[in-house]
Amino acid sequence: MQKSLHIDPNKCTGCLQCEMACSFENYGVFNIAKSRIKVFNFEHEGRMVPYTCTQCAEAWCMTACPVDAIRIDAATGAKIVHEDVCVGCKVCTIACPFGTINYVADSGKVQKCDLCGGDPACATACPTGAITYVDADWAGLEKMRLWAGKTDTQPRASA
Amino acid sequence: MKHVIIGNGPAGLVAAETLRRLQPEAEIALIGDEAEPPYSRMAIPYFLIGRIPDTGTHLRKSHDHYAKERIHLIEGKVVKIDAKAKQVEFASGERLAYDRLLIASGSQPLRPKVPGMDLANVHTCWTIEDARAIAAKAAAGARVLQIGAGFIGCIIMESLAARGVKLTVVEMGDRMVPRMMTAKAGNMIRQWVEHKGVGVHVNTGVTAITQKDGALLAKLSTGKEIAADLVICAAGVAPNTAFLAGSGVAIERGIRVDAAMRTSVADIYAAGDVTEAPGFHTGRPELNAIQPNAVDQARVAAHNMAGGEAMSGGSLAINVLDTLGLVSTSFGQWQGVAKEQGGAGVEQIDETNYRYLSLQFKDDVLIGATSIGWTEHVGALRGLVQTQAPLGDWKRRLLADPTNFMAAYLATAQKAA
Amino acid sequence: MGWTRKILRVDLSNGTCKSEPLNMEWAQQYLGQRGLATKYFVEEVDPKVDPLAPANKMIMATGPLTGTPASTGGRYSVITKGALTGAIACSNSGGYFGAELKFAGWDMIIFEGKSAKPVYLSIEDDKVELRDAAHLWGKTVWQTEEIIKKSHQDPQVRVCSIGRAGENGVMYACIVNDLHRAAGRSGVGTVMGSKNLKAVAVRGTKGAGAIKNPKAFMLAAAAAKKVLADNAVTGQGLPTYGTQVLMNVINEMGALPTRNHRDVQFEDARKISAEAMHEKRPTDGKAHLVTNAACFGCTIACGRISKIDETHFSVVNKPQYWGASGGLEYEAAWALGAANGVGDLEALQYANLICNEDGFDPITFGATVAAAMELYDLGILTKEQIGLEAPFGSAQALVALAEMLISGEGFGKDLALGSARMCAKYGRPELSMGVKKQEFPAYDSRGIQGMGLAYATSNRGACHLRGYTVASEVLGIPVKTDPLVTEGKADLVKAFQDATSVFDSAGVCVFTTFAWTLADLQPQLDAACDGDWTMEKLALVGERIWNMERLFNNAAGFTAKDDDLPPRLKTEPAKTGPAKGLVNGIDKMRPEYYKVRGWNPEGVPSKETLSRLGL
Ligand SMILES: Cc1cc2nc3c(=O)[nH]c(=O)nc-3n(C[C@H](O)[C@H](O)[C@H](O)COP(=O)(O)OP(=O)(O)OC[C@H]3O[C@@H](n4cnc5c(N)ncnc54)[C@H](O)[C@@H]3O)c2cc1C
Ligand code: SF4
Ligand code: SF4
Ligand code: SF4
Repeated sequence: MQKSLHIDPNKCTGCLQCEMACSFENYGVFNIAKSRIKVFNFEHEGRMVPYTCTQCAEAWCMTACPVDAIRIDAATGAKIVHEDVCVGCKVCTIACPFGTINYVADSGKVQKCDLCGGDPACATACPTGAITYVDADWAGLEKMRLWAGKTDTQPRASA
Repeated sequence: MKHVIIGNGPAGLVAAETLRRLQPEAEIALIGDEAEPPYSRMAIPYFLIGRIPDTGTHLRKSHDHYAKERIHLIEGKVVKIDAKAKQVEFASGERLAYDRLLIASGSQPLRPKVPGMDLANVHTCWTIEDARAIAAKAAAGARVLQIGAGFIGCIIMESLAARGVKLTVVEMGDRMVPRMMTAKAGNMIRQWVEHKGVGVHVNTGVTAITQKDGALLAKLSTGKEIAADLVICAAGVAPNTAFLAGSGVAIERGIRVDAAMRTSVADIYAAGDVTEAPGFHTGRPELNAIQPNAVDQARVAAHNMAGGEAMSGGSLAINVLDTLGLVSTSFGQWQGVAKEQGGAGVEQIDETNYRYLSLQFKDDVLIGATSIGWTEHVGALRGLVQTQAPLGDWKRRLLADPTNFMAAYLATAQKAA
Repeated sequence: MGWTRKILRVDLSNGTCKSEPLNMEWAQQYLGQRGLATKYFVEEVDPKVDPLAPANKMIMATGPLTGTPASTGGRYSVITKGALTGAIACSNSGGYFGAELKFAGWDMIIFEGKSAKPVYLSIEDDKVELRDAAHLWGKTVWQTEEIIKKSHQDPQVRVCSIGRAGENGVMYACIVNDLHRAAGRSGVGTVMGSKNLKAVAVRGTKGAGAIKNPKAFMLAAAAAKKVLADNAVTGQGLPTYGTQVLMNVINEMGALPTRNHRDVQFEDARKISAEAMHEKRPTDGKAHLVTNAACFGCTIACGRISKIDETHFSVVNKPQYWGASGGLEYEAAWALGAANGVGDLEALQYANLICNEDGFDPITFGATVAAAMELYDLGILTKEQIGLEAPFGSAQALVALAEMLISGEGFGKDLALGSARMCAKYGRPELSMGVKKQEFPAYDSRGIQGMGLAYATSNRGACHLRGYTVASEVLGIPVKTDPLVTEGKADLVKAFQDATSVFDSAGVCVFTTFAWTLADLQPQLDAACDGDWTMEKLALVGERIWNMERLFNNAAGFTAKDDDLPPRLKTEPAKTGPAKGLVNGIDKMRPEYYKVRGWNPEGVPSKETLSRLGL
């Protein structure tokens, strides 16, 4: 069974340990500006929402890429950016309707969550269990994907 | 089942791969008339900059990809379609039969009808072949005149500037990227590139080009003359439909397709730049020559060719542009709609820091956006436009402060807050 | 290395911003944040300076662990000469601002001079500039943050600012960041306002300064996080109940100052406690508390996010207060509640929102209201003078006085002085419940004796965060001591003061000390910072910082006489509870403390002490 990140905003306190862990895991620095997971703070509602790529079945980013720089990792199912191939055209960043693949000016390439090769640093770092790495059949994911279906220009059959 | 696909750009290729996934047994032929494996025009600018070799533009990187996928690549130019016989005819006179046909022949660059456009050092920038020629001529210090500062023109500009040429751009419209950017945004981009040393003339056309002392001399509609070593023409594109004459396929500006990417002729489908498909917001036929649209349409077409029932939600214009380091995007109906039709909009401008954001609403829904200087989460703008998520109170909040679009997206489309 | 090794010097008079290398020699002696910034401050500022004069400086400083994954590693401090106290001030705040400053590549910002017109400082990594703030002047903290985020087109920009309190010279204005976290005490916001500096907006994309040994650091940080998670207070009590967990506890101890310290127990404590915040309200069926929240990097998450009762008289027709917002924390709930005898939770939250919205210290404000209520009770202040009836327990009065303070109208001007100046003005200075003109927080020193000494000797005036012996005397952390006796408290206070100086200089939150000792902090610092950071070195650093602050205060004119409590605590015994009949034994503890500190009987550090500390 493939696994996915399970996010429970109700448990999130907004400490941003996940963001630091992500930047450290991927770039060896503590720099939340480089994190691939972002916590959104809805001040008025008193709600913190961690958010990153759901590794959506449609993989809008991947199909939009003109040079085949985004590919599926066989082991985790993650859509992974191959930086050596990416030319930095950014078309993936406007194609992904979730806003979860972003251009990084420093490198001239894009970045997105790659599930850390199957050992997500964000989930490990989360002190409250708001982010966990679980079998990919949790209800929330299905909900999100159903929703993604709505965005789709085509029926779910393409998945 | 025999699928034949005319055009091996992104639309043709994605259709072929989707068909393969859906119909493991089908025969799939992918026809292209350029002497390259399937490649992406979008990657040409990066080849010009020198960031990638020409192979870096190839749509698929592994050598045996097509053999493995059993996609039969054919090099040749299709000159005719015989819909009755269900055959396509090549320039060589050879014919190939199909059960289902996909036309993904893309578009071709337009050249203004003025004297001198056929001179040796006047080029379009559309194919790898073009790019190789330009790369050979656009050496550092060369004087380059670019006709057109539309979307493609602006993209090429970046790579030309990176080559160190002396660049001048003329644009007929009143600003840069007039068909993708609001007036304010277009002018901010212009300021930026001028700052970076590019000469920009708007509201200006080229009326003639002549050869003089081994260089080119362009006459402008303003009366001015500009000497150049190289002229690059990026003055718009038009669908590649000449070979369809007599096929019975209905064509206006492009091939008319329905939401299933069917043309007016049975068993003939079309996808990509070549189509004029129902627009996402208007439902009326629209040209939309961008890569994401091409691949989306290709997937829909392939599903239907394989006997499925897929419908496109409509073609949506989405663009991202990098003009000499300034990143801009535009989505959907960025121009907005009239107040009487429920339109409302907000523009946030920071000229000194080159940041800009415009959101356009119709009733309770985001219908378009333009941004400059934004790279974080811009995809969510597409998400908001495409899901047509009812914004509720978030509309008021976005009108007050458009920069919260990502939060609005999460709260409405994702119901996360 | 922990530090970014860069400080930003902003000359407000000339409108210049320049980068300087951090003095690494000092960093080895004073660590960062509180210690290091105070070192800069005492080197550069005349102790006799008028706090509100351009010659006073204000430093915003991060610690070496700020911006790292060390739990609670998001703190920053504001160091200046306090407007309220005239003593060294160091106010510490969480939220996200400190980490962002670090990410932008700055260990600290030194503000000097005074701007001719309102400005705010904009920092985007190395791009630093003073910008016009005419459009922000007169705006609340909340509006300011909103306007800046919008005009910068960056929702991720972090802002600290002063509200109208700081602009108008309220003596206990604070600097609020991230809407409801504050560098709260001693009038640091008043100093900021006096410099015509409205806000600092920062966006950092560089990340935290390189860590000496990242692997070791991650291990040390993880081990220390586990200590927090496994501890009953930091792992359960604080996340569930927040600091408000203390309300009932302290009340039962007979150490909850009530009605300007006339009483030590509050009959309505339960109504304003953590438990009450969890209960469903009869009016709308919702609990006051919405969720708990963390500051940057914090794995405790004691922060309270609440929604006020929309039907409460204070917010009828004021939807701007209906959304979720910060509060109530224990100190604020006490100061706005028990201190005045007000048992109306929603009224406290409203007053608390106003404190956050316009940037003033709820402790000093609440205590000043308490003093005013006592003056009213004694007939010294009349209804006419105040503008309304202000008996103890009146929620209406509390709410109206908060609004008056901000409008600056009528009695609001007197409230703006703080209790010491206000009581002096009305001829009853002894009714101000504080030390060095700064009001007590929420622990009555008759019921918790050690706190009396901690208050009296705190370098920034009465304060619980300089030596929180409550931990030991009430909670038994790290060892249980008897709250009702004075024996051993001098040593205890010194130990807490020195250790806290290190925590405050490291970039972490002092609440970690419910579970951590220096031994938990040390491996994290040692892995993060250049040099060897042994326990011995840290202990010395802590003591050095304390003595440096003391020297500044002494030079500013403070003497042993200022290390004292108001007469009420020394002469009026507690009326109820376990401490019934007790007064605070400060006069007994003070000489012992001086001795333990190596100070002479006048409270001046001896030569030997100074040379031992390298001062
Ligand atoms: C320099 C440049 C930069 C661009 N940048 C971007 C960008 O940043 N973002 C974006 O969204 N879009 C961009 N585009 C546009 C994008 O490349 C096109 O939208 C996309 O290529 C359309 O794909 P397609 O498959 O429909 O057509 P094409 O890619 O044009 O492919 C059509 C293929 O069919 C072949 N063909 C045509 N007629 C025949 C025939 N009769 N017989 C056989 N073969 C035939 C053509 O030779 C061609 O190989 C750019 C284009 C250029 C030139
Ligand atoms: S980045 Fe976006 S499009 Fe790509 S897999 Fe993730 S959610 Fe899907
Ligand atoms: S930016 Fe890189 S990964 Fe994204 S579409 Fe372009 S080449 Fe592909
Ligand atoms: S799984 Fe890894 S890459 Fe993805 S958000 Fe978490 S830490 Fe970042």
